[in-house]
Amino acid sequence: MLDSRAPSLPLKPGVGYKAAHFAALRDDPGTVAWLEIHAENYMGAGGRPLAQMRALSEQFAISVHGVGLSIGGEAPLDGDHIDRLKHLCDWLEPASFSEHLAWSTHDGAFFNDLLPLPYTNATLERVARHIDQLQDRLGRQMLLENPSSYLAFDESTWSETDFMGELARRTGCGLLLDVNNVFVSATNLGYDPRGYIDAFPLQAVAEIHLGGHDTDSDERGAPLLIDSHGCAVADPVWALLAHTLKQGGPKPVLIEWDTDVPEWAVLRAECARAAAALTDCAATV
Amino acid sequence: MTAPDQGEFIAALLNPGAPVPSGLTDGARNPAARRFDVYRNNVAVSLTEAMHTAFPVVTRLLGATNMDGLAGIYLRAHPPRTPLMMHYGADFPAFLAALPQLAHLKYLPDVARLELAMRRSYHAADAKGLNPAALAAVTPERLGDALLGLAPATEVIISGWPLFDIWAFNAADGPKPRAEAQDVIVTRPEFDPMPHLLPSGGAAFVQALAGGETLGAAMDRAGTGFDLPATLTLLLSQGAITSLTMKDP
Repeated sequence: MLDSRAPSLPLKPGVGYKAAHFAALRDDPGTVAWLEIHAENYMGAGGRPLAQMRALSEQFAISVHGVGLSIGGEAPLDGDHIDRLKHLCDWLEPASFSEHLAWSTHDGAFFNDLLPLPYTNATLERVARHIDQLQDRLGRQMLLENPSSYLAFDESTWSETDFMGELARRTGCGLLLDVNNVFVSATNLGYDPRGYIDAFPLQAVAEIHLGGHDTDSDERGAPLLIDSHGCAVADPVWALLAHTLKQGGPKPVLIEWDTDVPEWAVLRAECARAAAALTDCAATV
Repeated sequence: MTAPDQGEFIAALLNPGAPVPSGLTDGARNPAARRFDVYRNNVAVSLTEAMHTAFPVVTRLLGATNMDGLAGIYLRAHPPRTPLMMHYGADFPAFLAALPQLAHLKYLPDVARLELAMRRSYHAADAKGLNPAALAAVTPERLGDALLGLAPATEVIISGWPLFDIWAFNAADGPKPRAEAQDVIVTRPEFDPMPHLLPSGGAAFVQALAGGETLGAAMDRAGTGFDLPATLTLLLSQGAITSLTMKDP
């Protein structure tokens, strides 16, 4: 699975693609070298989404990011959906394919959110089996993304970092480290985000995500951060990125902005900031 | 402490009055009520926003607050059955038609059907429109034997209400709806689906063509008074006809 000749994303900024940016992005990509798309939005038979992707894949490397497979679900994976993912990957030949350590489907119903998992041996066995099944069918390595957490399971016996490292070891999957998710989870659950990064198997990380979060509080007044992807990346998250790159070396860094999407120039500037972080990291290595 | 299974998690997620499943904490062994509400809120908001996006004219007719309420009931009765959100809301017309509170808005299910058809059209397979010269080259005596293929993005909605006018009034600054039944065809010349008013008999005509019947048979289905030239001009100009073959004599 870990074929060194397998395609990989450039060690440069990428951006979560929004159809509204099609023309501006092509005319003035700034530092952006690759685009990430949500797989499920490109599973129609034709029309504008596929036409835009045909054009953009000439200019940019593509990362296909699934948001609907429910890899952590208790039920078997949806074979039809795996086939759709394979069809999309065979067509686009993306530089990367990723999905989430989460579940979203129960009893045939899809809830359009990334729901949390207890980190137990039973969950580990199930998720590893699902990753094996998916990688076998796709004929490619996948990256697994860490979640943003709002609560913890008493039943968990693994730390998230060890759990993901063990999944990568067992299945040969790579990891997608969402640094904003780390900051959100660490704040919400009361641990040190740098400690999480230092414990994370960074050698398996093939992509980094950055996005904005909202700030709320729980019923005891403790901070409760919400992974909203609806604003600029927060300063402490940029600092955590710098720490991550220092520890793990340069990685492809994605800016995600999915709600209240701003004009292209705003996203281009966020990507330029990611490019500067990568340059700083290269200078210190 | 045993964690809730995913069925218990979902049952509590969909019922805002239900207690938070046991075994969930804030990481420091405190209860996680507000934290569980984040997941409740994410699911409700994302599926409600999907309905607003999918049904902008229905939302305008009902008002955003009423649409929020209906979307909340709908997501519990008809949650998505696939991770392809482009298909979410397929049961919405029947759901609207069955609500006694909306009995005074009998045209609303047809508006929802039109908006669903436009979304199907948006994602349908691409096809190249037929050059009108190809049809013009068929001799009049053979025209009845012509078989016309339709673009996959073509959709027909039959309505007992002024459906086209209602759509145009609410989505495109059209004039006040007339008191008449209107059938609508959705076409997609390139990437943007557009509804058009079909003349009397037009829906039966297009459906016959879609069913593989000849132009002559489709005209018979359309009935007397059917405006063939106007309908063919509409279909050809919109790229809705993609192929022309002749039935074997």
